[in-house]
Amino acid sequence: MSTPSVNSGPIVETKGVEVRFPLPTHFLSREKPVLHALNTVNVSIMPGESFCVVGESGCGKTTLGRSILGLNSPTAGEIYFRGQRIDQMDEATRKPVRRDMQMVFQNPYASLNPRRNVFETLAEPVRHLMPELSANEARTRVEQVLSETGCDPSWQRRLPHEFSGGQRQRIAIARALVTNPAFVVADEPISALDVSIQAQILNLLTELQQERGLTYLFITHDLSVVQHFGTRVAVMYLGQVMELASAETIFAEPKHPYTQLLLEAIPKLEGGSFDKPRQPGELPDPVNLPKGCPFAARCHMAQDRCRQERPQLRGLPNGTEVACHFAE
Amino acid sequence: MAMLEVKDLHVAFPRGKHDEVEALRGVSLTLEKGERLGVVGESGAGKSMLAFAILNLIAEPGRVSHGTVKFNGENLLDLKERQIRDIRGNRISMIFQDPMVTLNPVLSIGVQMMETLRAHRKISDKEARALCIAKLKEVAIPSAESRLDAYPHELSGGLRQRVVIAIALLTDPEIIIADEPTTALDVTIQAEIMALILKLCREKDVALILITHDLGVVAEVTEKLMIMYAGKCVETGPTRQIIDTPRHPYASGLLKALPQHAGRGTRLYQIPGSMPPITNLPKGCTYHPRCDFATQRCHGGEPDLVNGVACYNPLTSDSANRTETKTEAET
Repeated sequence: MSTPSVNSGPIVETKGVEVRFPLPTHFLSREKPVLHALNTVNVSIMPGESFCVVGESGCGKTTLGRSILGLNSPTAGEIYFRGQRIDQMDEATRKPVRRDMQMVFQNPYASLNPRRNVFETLAEPVRHLMPELSANEARTRVEQVLSETGCDPSWQRRLPHEFSGGQRQRIAIARALVTNPAFVVADEPISALDVSIQAQILNLLTELQQERGLTYLFITHDLSVVQHFGTRVAVMYLGQVMELASAETIFAEPKHPYTQLLLEAIPKLEGGSFDKPRQPGELPDPVNLPKGCPFAARCHMAQDRCRQERPQLRGLPNGTEVACHFAE
Repeated sequence: MAMLEVKDLHVAFPRGKHDEVEALRGVSLTLEKGERLGVVGESGAGKSMLAFAILNLIAEPGRVSHGTVKFNGENLLDLKERQIRDIRGNRISMIFQDPMVTLNPVLSIGVQMMETLRAHRKISDKEARALCIAKLKEVAIPSAESRLDAYPHELSGGLRQRVVIAIALLTDPEIIIADEPTTALDVTIQAEIMALILKLCREKDVALILITHDLGVVAEVTEKLMIMYAGKCVETGPTRQIIDTPRHPYASGLLKALPQHAGRGTRLYQIPGSMPPITNLPKGCTYHPRCDFATQRCHGGEPDLVNGVACYNPLTSDSANRTETKTEAET
């Protein structure tokens, strides 16, 4: 829409991205334990999309978002923004790109500096990333974004503690949008908020997307939000993408057994989801990842092959990509 | 007589030297044997306060300023601390939100379980150990014998919450109060834990008070529902009935705001504003500043809970407007 892109390809693309975090070594041991946070993740996000990443805690969804923004650096693989490789850029060359890629964090109680008033919070990214603006223009810019995100202009001189959770998240969204980015990573932006406030923030994100042609990477554990909000969905498990499909398809025809498990686990207003007892499911240790499929231990379809050989994403006739030997 | 009967419960906290604010402003409920009640509301609505007040656990400087909590006819608020210990953790158990905080990190699971048992029963070590293993098996913990010597950090979040449930069940309670038991857990683990709680309550005919903010969870688990707002119950009744045909505008708004109800990309219904803090409640009905159906009358006085709904203009299956004109005419 409003953002002229270099080509009509994806706005963000990751190729074989891997993130490993070294863990502290025991002083007597020669082993160097490594936590595998992301394993060969390939996603491409198209302009104007709401690309959702879904999974449980520890699956690497936040690490993926942070890696794309350069908040942690991948140990292997490549990350592209509008066709330009960004993962190995130094801070100076990266700066103009940062203006186009911003983030909204989960907890608005932690992500706003309690000692800065709203104006200072919003003016900082403008000062750093839009040095061409004069002080007056910067002030107008801040005011304009505040009103677009449903914040009252009178909030500017107030401190974060004076606001409710929903109001703080609006301020955090305004901060992300103040540099006029094309791409926003929203990491669980509503999960810390009360139920009656969640709808307000989701509506705001949708409106802003329509007005500005934003592209979202929306990280969440809540599939019902994805159903409403997402265009395409990547389901992650232990650092790996297990299923990649359009939001319609994934709800109509979930292919991966893990996706099916996630969908069954959603509590429904109609009831009936919790009637049959379930055995405790355990996540394997991300430090000593199993050789085969990471989900094999919880999977009802698992066979010997799954424990030996890690499945790669493959395309199915309905357009879904799935990392499972047996899904069809 | 109901097993548990809470009448007009008020909890107050001091503000300044001579003033008080009320966190709970007159809540009543009844619970029969084996009945499952859901308590839903936003943070600050008074849900946890209600649970604590039932067990007479309101910490200083707060106090229960009014009301009774009758358990099998006996008012728990009149009991001495020593007497209520016979009931708390024994005949009424609690499950809290975060198992990592509930369990003591420096004691093994077995020690913590046996501590609970010994506080309420005269029992030999051998019998206690056998009973603990039996309870761990009941909550489907694999290799229960060896887990008894494990420490909380050695277990996953889901297993930890299973241990907490096992501890709550040790003394065969008549009521379990579960305060957001799955909020700290992942969705698939939440489904496991809720299915387990539901199964155990049904099998043992244990009553449940389930405190949560998730309407989906109460719809799955409970038979009776209470919706709280700003320290009061605004609607109560059979869970199915409230979910299908809510009468209080707040209940209806919460349900309409759920994303699964809206089509993709459409605008979600949103309740404007946010819940007022208890220190600064609006005059009249506390919900009227956010309500689509508020009339002049709602600004004046606070509606009482009548036939399960505290609203001057409750919604009916007919249009809301007709209800509005009718109530206006009555006044």
